[in-house]
Amino acid sequence: MNFYPIFWKDLLLIRKKPWRFLASSMVMPLLYLVTFGWGLGRGMNVNGGTYLEFVLPGILALSAMNNSFGPVSTSLNISKLYTKTIEEVLVSPVGPWSIALGRALTGLVRGLFSALMLLLVGAASGVHLNLSPFFFVVLALTAFCFASMGVAAAMIAHSHEDMANFNSFFIIPMSFLAGTFFSPDKLPQPLESLILVYPLTHSSLLLREMAAGREPTLGSTIILFAYTVMFFYLAGRLVKRTV
Amino acid sequence: MIETINLSRNFGSLAAVKSVNFAVNKGEVFGLLGPNGAGKTTTIRMLTTLLSPTSGTATVSGHNVAGDPLSVKKAIGVVPQMLNLDIDLTAAENLEYHGRLHRMKPADRTARTEELLHFVGLWDRRDTHVEHLSGGMRRRLLIARGLMHRPAVVFMDEPTVGLDPQARRMIWGLIETLKRSGITILLTTHYIEEADVLCDRVAIMRAGSIIAMDTPQALKAGVGRVVLECLGRHDIPRQFFQTREEALDAGRSVGCDLVVRDSTLEDVFIQLTGERIDA
Repeated sequence: MNFYPIFWKDLLLIRKKPWRFLASSMVMPLLYLVTFGWGLGRGMNVNGGTYLEFVLPGILALSAMNNSFGPVSTSLNISKLYTKTIEEVLVSPVGPWSIALGRALTGLVRGLFSALMLLLVGAASGVHLNLSPFFFVVLALTAFCFASMGVAAAMIAHSHEDMANFNSFFIIPMSFLAGTFFSPDKLPQPLESLILVYPLTHSSLLLREMAAGREPTLGSTIILFAYTVMFFYLAGRLVKRTV
Repeated sequence: MIETINLSRNFGSLAAVKSVNFAVNKGEVFGLLGPNGAGKTTTIRMLTTLLSPTSGTATVSGHNVAGDPLSVKKAIGVVPQMLNLDIDLTAAENLEYHGRLHRMKPADRTARTEELLHFVGLWDRRDTHVEHLSGGMRRRLLIARGLMHRPAVVFMDEPTVGLDPQARRMIWGLIETLKRSGITILLTTHYIEEADVLCDRVAIMRAGSIIAMDTPQALKAGVGRVVLECLGRHDIPRQFFQTREEALDAGRSVGCDLVVRDSTLEDVFIQLTGERIDA
């Protein structure tokens, strides 16, 4: 495996423009936090706690997803369709799995970083979450899972419109429906079952359980892990098809 | 170093490359010359493992491009037609990144980066971001990048396309230096003079096929080394002769202002196809 050069270049680009990276990582989650946590949710109580305490784990999962999937899929899509910078990698002796891993690790760093920043903002706002090592493992797994999905989506997309459609029909509905802002068990049974198909639902559920001091459910842990393996495998296979 | 046997590539019903056969020897500069859409870039993309052949085989440095792409990738350097440098990185960082992709050791990367940036005349611009480099500078940096890992074979796809004459001459100088160093180069071009000046042998391509292949001198001798043209009279076909004296003799019986000049690869292309190369 020679994934490090891919990862190195992406980190170099982040280091060159740290403020742009920080701002782009924080805009959406902060908007969600202000709108749903401090705005709509002020004074609301859920499961004996504030709505902000309830919603923050969901927004952390959402932030990990958005900041891994978005930058990875967009940059890969542009390099494949527009700048053709990916061709430098494709004619080098770097294998498809290394390309997929390098990109997915970049997504992991981006997703994890944005979630950690948000966690700091939450802590500064007086939100108390129970944080365990496994809480951060789930955040990292979420970021890696969606970064891998981003690689796969970018390799499938034949145009920028394809990417936009993937966002419109998959990512945005998942952002709102996957138990991010509400508990899935509040929905009618068929809809609840449908929502449990989303990988983000299991990230939100796991983070919320741990933040409340409960044990993470084994089922959601296995499903999130399975999705991560599946998306990474898919990403590697799709890059291999291109190489 | 490079050999193709009945190499073909289809895109749906379009046959972009049709049973192409050629062999490039070690240290040779071999040119694929032809108009846009002749199949030059598709051929080079197959040889650099970016496209799979529909049929036929190709080997580079003894490795089959379809069966052992990894070994091919280790042996080749690619200078693509498109300026696909990372514009957010500096000139030196682009080379550094390329060295890392090829697992070069840190000290070797640093030394080679300095050597190549001097070679292409960009050492003073080593810390300049690519987005601030001119088109000619980017082309030179692309050449440096293609050479970074000391490949045995270098593919150059239209290395001077879009450059002004001065920048083009500068690139030619670099390629001539590489030629003297014994590196094997396959380049595509639709510039007649470029093929004539740089290439040891040229394959002329049209509509996916090679229609002629030899040294530029032999190709020109094949149609006639000297051309007789009537100035401003396109209705009178140009005539070919082996010597200037023959051309002047024949010119006495033609009732127009004459031009007697050396033939070019463009003349060869027109004789073979009835079309101009830049048509």
